[in-house]
Amino acid sequence: MRTLFKFHGGVHPPGNKTQSTQQPTATAPIPAKLIVPFRQHAGEAAKPVVQVGDHVLKGQLIGEPAGFISSAIHAPTSGTITAIDMQPVAHPSGLPELCATLIPDGRDEWVERKPTDYRAQPADELRHLLRMAGIVGLGGAVFPSDIKLRPLRDHPNKDIGTLILNGAECEPWITCDDMLMRERAAEIVQGAEMLRSMLGSREVLIGIEDNKPEAIAAMRLAVADSGLPFKVVAVPTIYPGGSAKQLIRVLTGLEVPSGKLPTDIGVQCFNVATVYSAWRAVAHGEPLVSRFVTVTGNVRQPRNYEALIGTPLTDLIALGEPLPDTDGYIMGGPMMGMPLPSTSVPLVKAGNCIIAGSKKLFPPPPPTLPCIRCTRCAQACPADLQPMDLYWFSQSKNFGQAQAFSLFDCIECGACSYVCPSHIPLVQYFRFSKSEIRMREQDKLAADRARERHEYREFRIEREKQEKAERLAAKEKAAAAAKPAEPPVVATNPDAAPENTAQMKIQAAIEHAKEQAAAIKPKNTENLPPELLAEIAEIEARRARIRETAKSDVEPPKE
Amino acid sequence: MAAFFSPFISKPDTVAQIMLRVMLALLPGIAMYVWYFGPAILVSIALASVTALATEAAMLKLRNRPVAPFLQDNSALLTGWLLALSIPPLAPWWLIVVGTAFAISISKHLYGGLGNNPFNPAMIGFAVLIVSFPAQMTHWLTPHGLGQVELGFLDQLRYTFLGSLPPGVTLDAITMATPLDTLKTRLHLDESVKQIFDMPIYGRLAGQGSEMVSLGFLAGGLYLIAARIITWHVPVAYLGALFATAGLFHLADPAHYVTPLFHWFSGAAMLGAFFILTDPVTGPTTNRGKLIFAAGAGLLTYLIRAFGGFPDGIAFATLLMNICVPLIVLYTQPKVFGKKMPAGKNGGAQ
Repeated sequence: MRTLFKFHGGVHPPGNKTQSTQQPTATAPIPAKLIVPFRQHAGEAAKPVVQVGDHVLKGQLIGEPAGFISSAIHAPTSGTITAIDMQPVAHPSGLPELCATLIPDGRDEWVERKPTDYRAQPADELRHLLRMAGIVGLGGAVFPSDIKLRPLRDHPNKDIGTLILNGAECEPWITCDDMLMRERAAEIVQGAEMLRSMLGSREVLIGIEDNKPEAIAAMRLAVADSGLPFKVVAVPTIYPGGSAKQLIRVLTGLEVPSGKLPTDIGVQCFNVATVYSAWRAVAHGEPLVSRFVTVTGNVRQPRNYEALIGTPLTDLIALGEPLPDTDGYIMGGPMMGMPLPSTSVPLVKAGNCIIAGSKKLFPPPPPTLPCIRCTRCAQACPADLQPMDLYWFSQSKNFGQAQAFSLFDCIECGACSYVCPSHIPLVQYFRFSKSEIRMREQDKLAADRARERHEYREFRIEREKQEKAERLAAKEKAAAAAKPAEPPVVATNPDAAPENTAQMKIQAAIEHAKEQAAAIKPKNTENLPPELLAEIAEIEARRARIRETAKSDVEPPKE
Repeated sequence: MAAFFSPFISKPDTVAQIMLRVMLALLPGIAMYVWYFGPAILVSIALASVTALATEAAMLKLRNRPVAPFLQDNSALLTGWLLALSIPPLAPWWLIVVGTAFAISISKHLYGGLGNNPFNPAMIGFAVLIVSFPAQMTHWLTPHGLGQVELGFLDQLRYTFLGSLPPGVTLDAITMATPLDTLKTRLHLDESVKQIFDMPIYGRLAGQGSEMVSLGFLAGGLYLIAARIITWHVPVAYLGALFATAGLFHLADPAHYVTPLFHWFSGAAMLGAFFILTDPVTGPTTNRGKLIFAAGAGLLTYLIRAFGGFPDGIAFATLLMNICVPLIVLYTQPKVFGKKMPAGKNGGAQ
């Protein structure tokens, strides 16, 4: 028996997983139309490399990675691209994204697939292959996997000692990883061995919550068959035990330091579905064009489907046969998922679960009462935060204090909201505070730049005035001295010195202002991992777009 | 699906349920109270309940707050019950009314209502009463079998509402000072603990009857811990500090300082440990803070009991520690995930 460790807090929401595991995973039919967003991953959107009217094959590259943190997008089936335009997608912002519309030709004809023997390839070749196959984290963060497999920047020769496969799947209702492990265990194990060799890990741990005995058994069998020394570890069922940092803690006893990455403590963690997709990409040459997705909740036929990326959710939902009292849909789990603004949006790489909701399944919470500081939230918080204090600071927009109380260590798991007897939407307050703080930091940066520019402009005007006066004086002098015909001298040299000192003074002032600004800048968002930075960048990009659209809406006509 | 953001599910707990379960946990103690001292306590609890709800409703109305949801949260009721259990059961009706009304209006609503009051409302009510009406606050009922006369329920009612006793019965005949109070007075008269404990009002652990009430509260308190409504920190630290302080003095001079067990089971120690100091609103939020807060209250309780001017010290100990709560919380913040392990111990690359 392996010694397991505990993390603080956690909650036990009803699992509701058995409904969707009664039947084996089915392959969802090819829909009449596919909508494939070019941004289905953290970071920059992929750049379209096809034109409207092009005929594409299944697995053909249609969007290439554009930037360090980016990934590729492929045609999920063969057919014709009929549009490349902005379409609504499942994103909390509700903003549209650039998508390709693909009308399948029904032949589902693959592009030429080139299986690769990973043992014969150097790691950077494999990373490039994964990047071009569109492999991203399928646990929900959709962070490009190739970046997570890079050698450490500061310690390129240090191995990642432990590779962890995350099969915890702690969110209620979701069972897509469970079914994948039951049905594709051998390939997950092969994929794990491939990633292990890329990272140079000595140890591979496969963490699965103990409410999935079938998956645990299947994975154990697959590991035994492979003869590989991997350990399949049943971890206690507790939400959010599937959060990477919490799972690492449970399996290794190590805590990923605040603001650091797992690799900083010699651990890397991949979701089992990511590992499976990575294996398919390398060993079979199949890019990521489909995924397992759970369709459950208020439906007659809860089940898992292997569905093509880009399938309109309406089609998937129809497969589940929603009951008449269905009044909404959640993408993801009930703890961290998002309500779908519309079911016409497509399935994306992050889409692990669609839950049909009803008043009975997800009743409206009772009215919110004031916080009575009962500390149930603090007892439930897996990050050891004090949510009641953070709530107080957020409510009063005391963001400095919120940051001082480690707001940015909140993983937004929602455990605090779940247990609150006053039914305060705590995690929503924290999301608000975080985005406010990020926005203010951006605004402050912009203001600092504007002030610098202004200061320099003032200085420049002053300098020009001075120069003009000097020129005039020199001219007059020259005119006065024209008769004795002496060499026109000196004017520049002695004057240059005071000008220089003035410039230096102003430069010093600017430097000082910069230093001050740097000192004021809150520490919490420094040294953020690339995932978060990417997320911030994404949010900022969206924000900028909103601002622009808002501007163009209200801009008065030019006269 | 009414929610617009996650989580879409929540635990069915509500503030009202929590308060209700705390009130349920008071029942064993109340039952003991009735058994040993008669049903007068039920009258004061009823009076306190009515007053608490009426005051709550009036204050909500004055503050332009929705009345119904807050009236249903049971918090005012609980305050009333705790105050009723803290003062003598056989008291003129206005005593409990004044105390409860003050607790709810001044110490709760003037500070912003539920969740915003810095001081324990029931203890503020108690403090106001003991300072303003010290005489009425000392007329504790004699337990069954110890008094010269025992009042029937109707007689008790008549006294509470009309202030009249049956002919030939004096207040002194049916009431007494509490065991704690008696101890204090007698010790001042240079009697030894042993002599004093020979008096019939003392039982096996502490006061006859009142020790059983304390046991009832202990049982209810253990239920609260088992039901995860409170954590162990406050009761353990409070009773531990009280025991340790009392034990030190007792060891040094057993003739003048009673056993720690006596302190546990007399006065409101058990009520305080499990029901009063555990008030989440006025107590600290951190676990270490709870330990400090409750240990401080235990120490203060002992000091007030042994050396202060009042027979029992829970109320003032609670209020004094309430003042310290923000400071305690500030200095007992737990370490956040990822900031806990000292650098290097994590085997990290930093």
